[in-house]
Amino acid sequence: MTLTGSLSFDASNVVVASALLLLLAGVPGLLCTTAAAGQRLAAALSVLAALVGIPAALVAAFSPPGSWLLFWGLPFGPARLVLDPLSCLFLLPVFLIAACGALYVVRYRPARTGYDRFLTVLYALMPGSMAFILLARDGLFFLAAWEGMALSAAFLMLADHEEAAVREAGILYLLATHTGTLLLVALFGVLYVVTGSFAFPATGALSAAAPMASLIFVLSLIGFGAKAGLMPLHVWLPSAHANAPSHVSALMSGVVLKMGMYGIFRTVTLFENIPLWWGVLVLALGTISAVGGVAFALGQHDLKRLLAYHSIENIGIIAMGLGIGMVGLSTGNSVIALMGLAGGLLHVLNHATFKALLFLGAGAVIHATGSREMDRAGGLLRVMPRTAAFFMVGAAAICGLPPLNGFVSELLVYLGLFRQAMGGSGVAAVLAVVAIPALALVGGLAVACFVKVVGVVFLGAPRQPLQQDAHEPGWQMLLPMGLLALLCVLIGLLPLAVAPLLEVAVGWHPLVQETHGTLATSAPLGWLSLMAVILLGLLALLTLVYRFMLRRAPCGTSETWGCGYLAPTPRMQYTASSFAASLVSLLAPVLRPHGHRPDISGLAPKPSSFASHVPEVVLDLVLLPLLRWSEERSSVLRRLQHGQLHLYMLYIFVVLLVLLLWAL
Amino acid sequence: MVSFLSNHLLILVMLLNFALLSTGRLSLAVRLATAQGVLLGLLPGILHPLNWHLMVITAGIILVKGVIIPWLLFSAIRAAEIKRETEPFLGFGATLVIGAAVTALAFLYVPRLPLLAAHQGHLFVPASIATLLTGFLLLTTRRKAISQVLGYLILENGIFIFGLLLAEAMPLMVEAGVLLDLLAGTFVMGIVIGHISREFSSLDTSRLSALREK
Amino acid sequence: MIDTLIHILLLLIMPPLLLGVINRVKAVFAGRCGPPLLQPYFELWRLLRKGSVFSSSTSWVFRAGPLVSLAATLTAALMIPFGGHGSPISFAGDLLLFAYLFALARFFTTVAALDTGSSFEGMGAAREVTFGCLAEPVLFIVLVALARESGFLSLTGALTYASGGMWPSGAAPLMLMAVALFILFLVENCRIPFDDPTTHLELTMIHEVMVLDHSGPAFGAILYAASLKLFVLGALVLHVALPFGAMQGWLGWISFIASMVLLAILTGVVESVMARLKLLKIPQVLLMALSLAAFALLLTVR
Repeated sequence: MTLTGSLSFDASNVVVASALLLLLAGVPGLLCTTAAAGQRLAAALSVLAALVGIPAALVAAFSPPGSWLLFWGLPFGPARLVLDPLSCLFLLPVFLIAACGALYVVRYRPARTGYDRFLTVLYALMPGSMAFILLARDGLFFLAAWEGMALSAAFLMLADHEEAAVREAGILYLLATHTGTLLLVALFGVLYVVTGSFAFPATGALSAAAPMASLIFVLSLIGFGAKAGLMPLHVWLPSAHANAPSHVSALMSGVVLKMGMYGIFRTVTLFENIPLWWGVLVLALGTISAVGGVAFALGQHDLKRLLAYHSIENIGIIAMGLGIGMVGLSTGNSVIALMGLAGGLLHVLNHATFKALLFLGAGAVIHATGSREMDRAGGLLRVMPRTAAFFMVGAAAICGLPPLNGFVSELLVYLGLFRQAMGGSGVAAVLAVVAIPALALVGGLAVACFVKVVGVVFLGAPRQPLQQDAHEPGWQMLLPMGLLALLCVLIGLLPLAVAPLLEVAVGWHPLVQETHGTLATSAPLGWLSLMAVILLGLLALLTLVYRFMLRRAPCGTSETWGCGYLAPTPRMQYTASSFAASLVSLLAPVLRPHGHRPDISGLAPKPSSFASHVPEVVLDLVLLPLLRWSEERSSVLRRLQHGQLHLYMLYIFVVLLVLLLWAL
Repeated sequence: MVSFLSNHLLILVMLLNFALLSTGRLSLAVRLATAQGVLLGLLPGILHPLNWHLMVITAGIILVKGVIIPWLLFSAIRAAEIKRETEPFLGFGATLVIGAAVTALAFLYVPRLPLLAAHQGHLFVPASIATLLTGFLLLTTRRKAISQVLGYLILENGIFIFGLLLAEAMPLMVEAGVLLDLLAGTFVMGIVIGHISREFSSLDTSRLSALREK
Repeated sequence: MIDTLIHILLLLIMPPLLLGVINRVKAVFAGRCGPPLLQPYFELWRLLRKGSVFSSSTSWVFRAGPLVSLAATLTAALMIPFGGHGSPISFAGDLLLFAYLFALARFFTTVAALDTGSSFEGMGAAREVTFGCLAEPVLFIVLVALARESGFLSLTGALTYASGGMWPSGAAPLMLMAVALFILFLVENCRIPFDDPTTHLELTMIHEVMVLDHSGPAFGAILYAASLKLFVLGALVLHVALPFGAMQGWLGWISFIASMVLLAILTGVVESVMARLKLLKIPQVLLMALSLAAFALLLTVR
């Protein structure tokens, strides 16, 4: 196996070297005497890869793209690797979240057994494969890296495979990811037919007028969309992210989903002109995912399942940005294109930071309470004040509240939509007009949902006794969370700092290149910093005044006012389910909540219990019945599966014969 | 000026559609439908030059839709002793949202119609389609017989708005015939309502399925 | 410069007066003399000097809640024009920041309520976020309609156009939007018929129940932030409902102050003549406001 390219010491070569380091970061640890030492070594190497890789990727984004050929001895020629600005942008979260997770796991789930050694190797292999997905410019190499990511993710999420729920989620995940891969194989097959090579066509080389163009786009939308979790292709996502260990969920939700979005972005770059309906379709799917994701999140009381549904919402927002950007590209409006694409890409970065932060925080919560059920938690802020503060930053950021990073990317998407709604006409303008209040609704529902999470988990009093040694987690867990929270604040305060990166990343299209450098002029990013300074300044002033007043007047402590009731207990606090009940009942036609209602009758009713639950509607009420139905209908085919080995050999023989005859 | 007045009257008519969809109180609903009928009765007078044909139509419409039909309906409400549309097939909020969506669809649909240039700036066609569909919505989502009658009335109002565009060509007799039809229909429904409430001691039209041959 | 100073002075000083006017109108309707018009100022002054009592289950979040929501509302107030005069800060896209600052205030108010661990305050917080979800799309639909009509993405641009050049051509959509915004104004400020700012029956309240445990200067900050929100959203309603465009210079300021007082009187009248809606009815009324706003948008897009 040989690699050729410009082998000097420049940024893009350093990026590839750190990607390789990340890929193999777990391997040296196998030589260590204990599994724990190996895990620490893997963490150190992952952090090193990130420390080298992130600056190098930032430099490489502003340098000419590097390219390499990997002679790997397989048919169909050498594998191609290219590092362009779009890849650089997606590489940043890969390095960052991988390093954060690797450090976090040292404390979160110290390795003990041989099986843990295996998991340690995989936890570096997964982000490493993702780095190579982003570098690949050749169908076969891409699929190899893609499967490396999908399979290592599968093993990692099955870490607790003793539990039946985890196994079930794992099987569903494998089914979904391989269905997606099947479509990607078809996609590269069609590309091969069109271009005569497995290498990706050059940027803008394909024409949308070509016969297979729409097929290529739809295949990539479904294949990559299934990985990204766009509704209604999301059925595998909630259970997979909920049942994986938290550091794995952070990586899956923060980065793996983005590989799906990367695939769609990349497919779009291959075309020189885009029909309007592609953008409209992506925008519509994005709107459905955003609203649907947050609506289902609201009904959850499993903390990690709730976060998983929020990933669907945020993928939807990214898709909305991409969709409106594509509309701008096809209608020739460079400002809309710039706003939409840059907003989508910035949301990729932002979602990676705050969602990883929230999943890591959820891991700390699970350590303290021993359960993913929010209704068993409460008052954790007293036990783990720093974790709570970091989690609150993430929660405010994911709601898109100023002055944090989520607001900046949502603002860019909004601006794209507003400009389309103001100046455009036809179906794209109508959809933009619908998408704006939909995005506002998403914002409102997200606030409701995270007020619920923060309030129920961290505030108030504990609803059930905490674990014996519930305390603030060690620095290995706090440092990644703190770093991610800091990034949320920094991007929110200084959005201009990321503008150049976004501009080069969307600069592939000649239309956007024309407007190069105008993200600062056409979006109020500088104003946002100013407003953030005003807001924080006012807050600081008010805090000072308030402290002064508190010191001047007497200050007492007492019980919470129980409205005249004398014996309140912590179990009487509003729970996650009761907090969301009114919104869930408003959305009942979609969410289909079902509850177990106790039968209370008589003068002295017996003790009883009440439970409510929001199911995964697409999976439970649409997909599974459909599959069951088709299973019943196709039971005839079962006879082919009878266990007689020689008959199986006969099938193969017959197929060979038919192929031979066909070739004649 | 004429188009300004008529457009604003039509906006009011569409607002009345929304109000009808969102209320459960039957007496209020009857009043709203009455108001809509009277507003529409005024429209021909605004649109066309005054003549005896027009005056007769206007007077007839206001008499029928503004006085006789409401009187019939109120007496039916009194006879049946009900005040509210309880438990509609679809909630009031949901029907309202669907109503707004349907109105939007009507507006989006109109540019595709081959209209005369003179009619294009007006709201007649979208208002007509929106009102028609609102009537259908009422007919399909409400349970009580009185709401059904109202739905029928609103549906007719929608057709009437469309007819306004053709008023020059519409002979008096046709207009009168439609009005008479409406009156007779309401009258019959009034009698039927009385019978339903006596027979089933409720006005739930879904109970009528009990009359089906087994 | 002078205009900026007047803007800031107005938004700092005038808001509690509106509460005084509303209370006076309600008192007149009830046949009482009512408290002096300046009573809210006296109350604020009294609260600022008082000591505080904190619940033993609360944390820094509880203390931060009122301060963050006041800071966010003040920041938002810098971006809205007052009667024909542009706002001190205005840029393309500020209408989004304006809306999201209120979301920030809502986030912290509700989180602070949940920090007490009281089930009553949990109820209030749940209602607040529920109605907030339905109210936000109404605001955004109006903003889209105004932005599309005026071609501006800033509040000053869009609202100045709405109260000026849009009147001759778009009176009907403006009236519809004004009604929708007035409903929004009543909901967001927790006025009758949606919420009762005076009742102390915990089970029926939204805003008041969330702040039951606050005391002293923090409660003063809440009261002041509430009146400021009334003022800011009132200015939004007035710009859509009235043609300020013709008023220039000092006339603009005077007409703005006068119409603000009139709006407070109108609010007081509404509160006096209407009964409270059932809680379950509120979403339906908000949907009605949504339909009105959507209809107005439809009329402008056409």
